Amino acid sequence: MKGMSLIVRTITTVIIGFIFIYGIYITLHGHLTPGGGFAGGVIVAGALILRILVFGSEPADEKKSEIRTSIFESVGALLFIGIALAGLVIAGTFFLNFLPKGIPFNLLSAGIIPFCNIAIGIKVGAGLFSIFLALAAVKYVVKD
Amino acid sequence: MIELYLFLAFMIIAAFIATEIKDLLAAVISLGAVGFAVAIMFILVQAPDLAIVQIVVEVVTIVIFVAVIFRTTHIDETIGKKLTGPHVFSIVSFSFFALLFLIAVINALQELPAFGNATMKVASEYIRLGLPGTGGANLVADVILDFRALDTLGEATVLFTSVIGVVALIRSVGRKK
Repeated sequence: MKGMSLIVRTITTVIIGFIFIYGIYITLHGHLTPGGGFAGGVIVAGALILRILVFGSEPADEKKSEIRTSIFESVGALLFIGIALAGLVIAGTFFLNFLPKGIPFNLLSAGIIPFCNIAIGIKVGAGLFSIFLALAAVKYVVKD
Repeated sequence: MIELYLFLAFMIIAAFIATEIKDLLAAVISLGAVGFAVAIMFILVQAPDLAIVQIVVEVVTIVIFVAVIFRTTHIDETIGKKLTGPHVFSIVSFSFFALLFLIAVINALQELPAFGNATMKVASEYIRLGLPGTGGANLVADVILDFRALDTLGEATVLFTSVIGVVALIRSVGRKK
């Protein structure tokens, strides 16, 4: 994919790290503030899509990173279902909140909820980004 | 409440523009206006979780739409042609049934409880047990990841299936070449 102009590149260089960190923040604080794994994952995917759109990429790189994001998506899904199965193994109920509740409003509280948010964030971010990469790869196939 | 109806009217107008305009880029922008109006309505009824999800999903969707339009075509050539007999008949019959449906909906809406007074008791139980039961300060996260985590697993499965579908379909196109 071809990149964009110098102005867009410069602004994106400044801004893209903040977008990425904001997505991670939304994911990690899902049990305290509005947001959560889904919203944070979409923001992270948006930052990655912005990078591809602005700086451009080679078709070979796109294929490589598509395979990598597919692995990440599967890891997120397995992590989520692993947390659910851990509840089944440890306490006998699927999706039981088996970890200690902690003090409310602390970052490490609410048992399994932050870990579920992280798993969903990885899954959604990687999933949307791999959809974008698959759609971006089509162009070269049609053109060739 | 009046601002909700204003946004609703704005959304209806923007949706009409999105379907009827000839320039596809303008249609996508109108679609984005509908999505952002939904986000503002979520904020007005105090649902910031949904508003955040709506905004970010809308942005990513518009980016994908615009990327597709820049690579294909700007103009929708099916719009603006003269109406023929079958078209006029389908428009008239659709309007008739839409009118019937709206009359039925108005009658049905009279029976609903007032805004904010749910008949189900389960919501108030979630609010009562949210913080002491799970320890999470965000009630939405408590509900979707603790009380109703199985639903979230189903939703994640839907997304997983759609990603697998897109990647598999588009890759098979790539392999043939």
